[in-house]
Amino acid sequence: MTAAEDIEPKLRVKSRLGGFRRFVQRHPSLVGMPALVIVFLAVTLAIHPEYGSFDAQSLAMGAMPLALAAAAQAVVLISGGIDLSVGSMIAVSNVLAASTMENATFGQSLVLAAAILVAGALQGAVNGLIVVFSRVPDVVVTLTTGFIWGGVALLILEKPGGGAPEEFLSLGAGTLFSPWLSGALVLVAAAVAIIWIPVRTSRLGLLLYAVGSDRAAAFRSGVNVELTRFLAYVLGGLFSAVGGIGLTMTTGIGSPLAGIYYTLSGLAAAVLGGVSLAGGRGGIVGPVLAAYVLTLIPTDLIFLNIDPNFGQVIQGTLIVLVVMGGGLVTLLQGRRRESASGLNNS
Amino acid sequence: MTSMGILLAATGVAKRFESVIALKAASLEVRAGEVHALMGANGAGKSTLVKVLTGVFPADGGEIVIEGQVRRFRSPAEARQAGIVSVYQDPALVPDLTVAQNLRLARVGVEAVRELLVDLGIAGLDFSIFVRDLPYPVLRLIDLSRALASNPTVLLIDEITAALPADLSERIFLILRRWRDRGRSVIFISHRMAEVSTLCDRATILRDGTTVGVTETARGSEERIVNLMLGYEVAHAIAGSKAIAERRLGGDVPALEVRRLRCGHLLKDVSFALRAGEVLGIAALDGQGQEELFDCVAGVRDRDGGEIVVRGRTQRFRHPADALRAGLVLVPANRQQAILPQRSIRENVALPAYRDLRHWGPINMRAERQRVERAIRRLQVDTRAESALQRLSGGNQQKVIIARWLASEFRTLLCYDPTRGIDIGTKRQIYTLVRELAAGGAAVLLFTSELTEIALACDRVIVLFAGRIVHEMPAADADEATLLRASHGLVAQSEGAA
Repeated sequence: MTAAEDIEPKLRVKSRLGGFRRFVQRHPSLVGMPALVIVFLAVTLAIHPEYGSFDAQSLAMGAMPLALAAAAQAVVLISGGIDLSVGSMIAVSNVLAASTMENATFGQSLVLAAAILVAGALQGAVNGLIVVFSRVPDVVVTLTTGFIWGGVALLILEKPGGGAPEEFLSLGAGTLFSPWLSGALVLVAAAVAIIWIPVRTSRLGLLLYAVGSDRAAAFRSGVNVELTRFLAYVLGGLFSAVGGIGLTMTTGIGSPLAGIYYTLSGLAAAVLGGVSLAGGRGGIVGPVLAAYVLTLIPTDLIFLNIDPNFGQVIQGTLIVLVVMGGGLVTLLQGRRRESASGLNNS
Repeated sequence: MTSMGILLAATGVAKRFESVIALKAASLEVRAGEVHALMGANGAGKSTLVKVLTGVFPADGGEIVIEGQVRRFRSPAEARQAGIVSVYQDPALVPDLTVAQNLRLARVGVEAVRELLVDLGIAGLDFSIFVRDLPYPVLRLIDLSRALASNPTVLLIDEITAALPADLSERIFLILRRWRDRGRSVIFISHRMAEVSTLCDRATILRDGTTVGVTETARGSEERIVNLMLGYEVAHAIAGSKAIAERRLGGDVPALEVRRLRCGHLLKDVSFALRAGEVLGIAALDGQGQEELFDCVAGVRDRDGGEIVVRGRTQRFRHPADALRAGLVLVPANRQQAILPQRSIRENVALPAYRDLRHWGPINMRAERQRVERAIRRLQVDTRAESALQRLSGGNQQKVIIARWLASEFRTLLCYDPTRGIDIGTKRQIYTLVRELAAGGAAVLLFTSELTEIALACDRVIVLFAGRIVHEMPAADADEATLLRASHGLVAQSEGAA
């Protein structure tokens, strides 16, 4: 007697979008961020027509540690966590490289770089273990381990110094084939390709997104949530280590305090690059490209003879606008979907 | 019952969450080739038992035997490997992944799921669509298909039909019967007695975390099942005051009228009128739309359809403040949503008086103190730990929330299961208070999951089932058995619908 006038329409799932529109909807930052980079490069060329290969080189070098910090943060954010020790881990790798490689040969420095990558992954593992097993919120854990890594960096190298063989430095500071193709650019691309692509295309990639999106649903689907979250922090540590080594290449020295800056700016680049702070959404390419945008802003201000300290204000405004814009799009889509969904009867 | 092989046997399963005992001694025996119903009133422990059986959390005691082997699952993944798969009460699909990715997550083949979905009435689903973009009923069906496609020996289904249209439920039953005929088993949880008696072979009944009976579910056994769910305390339950009957109810214009209210996928179509001076009870099992109903009239969420009329004026609530302005105040079941745990009783009671920041200037402490003290005295709140509300017992916290509304002004009190987890003495006090408020001219809408309390506190009761009102009667006639039958959709069996 109750279901008598249940006139529920037949289940119908929204018709598909065309290829490109759908791609845009799926990966807004893969379309939006390259566009933003191009816009900023165009603006830079407009206000500074003499912009040349040397400037491109310094952009690539300046943005490299930030791009890797953004990648490190993005992996952890996607898995539903946050890592506030990224900057300190960069600092540790930076001073480790500069203090051990000072009198090394090129071959030895490559081996040392590999060892530093392992050390970075281990730092990430410590973060991950504490976050997963202590059940203390990730913000608190990584803020504290950040202090610890920062102290470790100071223990390794009290004040800026150290160095590395010329050949090693030129991997990041030099150019390849053409003066426009900076080694720093190649290094970032290589790190993303070698670390992220295998992860993204394997089951682990799926698990990272699943755990970040809905931990309970993932658990009920049979996912090992703890292991996945742990591995996200390990990947974060690995990317940070690459960032620290990159910082050594571009500055030529180790500096125990230089890394700290990259925690917050890396987080900003990740958010600007389309990674959701709530987890489960976004990628790595967007944040990496966002790092170049954020690095261009102060350069442009210098070209314009404006106090570069305005850079922070503009960076912040840009992030708010982009994130707000993203939220607005989601909201509008949601509205449309609700009104279009055939399942609200009557 | 082609074969008498026991696929799953659980005995003496116990589980507690801190101070709350969810399961005391739950037992369950499922044969090969049967659909086995798991029944019980709200909070009897059905969902907890499902989660223990599938490894969502470990049992504190008891033994689970799967096909002759003692098992102890540490995760749903382990249970799945042993052939125990569950469709939980809420979808276990990850919103930011596509359908195909969600299937890969659970290591289930796409083709098998596609075929099952066709059987369930969904053809042409795009598997590369994000789960968050799909409507709720489709998610339930994907959930079910995914569970079936992993080819379980025992499939557990917790309340899948609650939010589904009737024709879809029929299709699901068809598939489940086919499953049973292949010698697999299904454990089926539903509040709908009609579904249980058509689909299931046997039923295990839980009460307060304990298995109290196993019975065949052939037609005519509903009575026995209801009695088992109720237990033996029915007889002396209605000892309270029935002398509240005939009082003149204030005015012709209802204090709150709801017309064809619809919200979400659970609240379908509800209309009633509540007068000043009246306590209207709402009885319903979990998830029949009562939560949405209260959310709508308290301004927590906007309705999808229908009208809310307060004292003759149609209202649209976009924010709880709108409902407060219209004189509607909410006492929620979850006290944590309503209190400031670190602050004092006085501040908690005085809070709504300051909701409007346009009142500038210092607070008139004396006037405030007097108002607050009056409200606290009236409620007999234990004020020994008055400096921080979190140190008060649950019952006293609930009293403070009611005192808060006493100290401000309201016309209609919305109580959503106000006595959940409160001791019996305080419960009585709260119900006496509700009666007094009504006698003083307030209108009260009261949902309670404890059916015996309806007769104690209410004038009239409506029963919600599947998002609609299925029964209405004077509270004096509303003994627990009648209400329970009605809330399982068995109206025809009681003395006739309203």
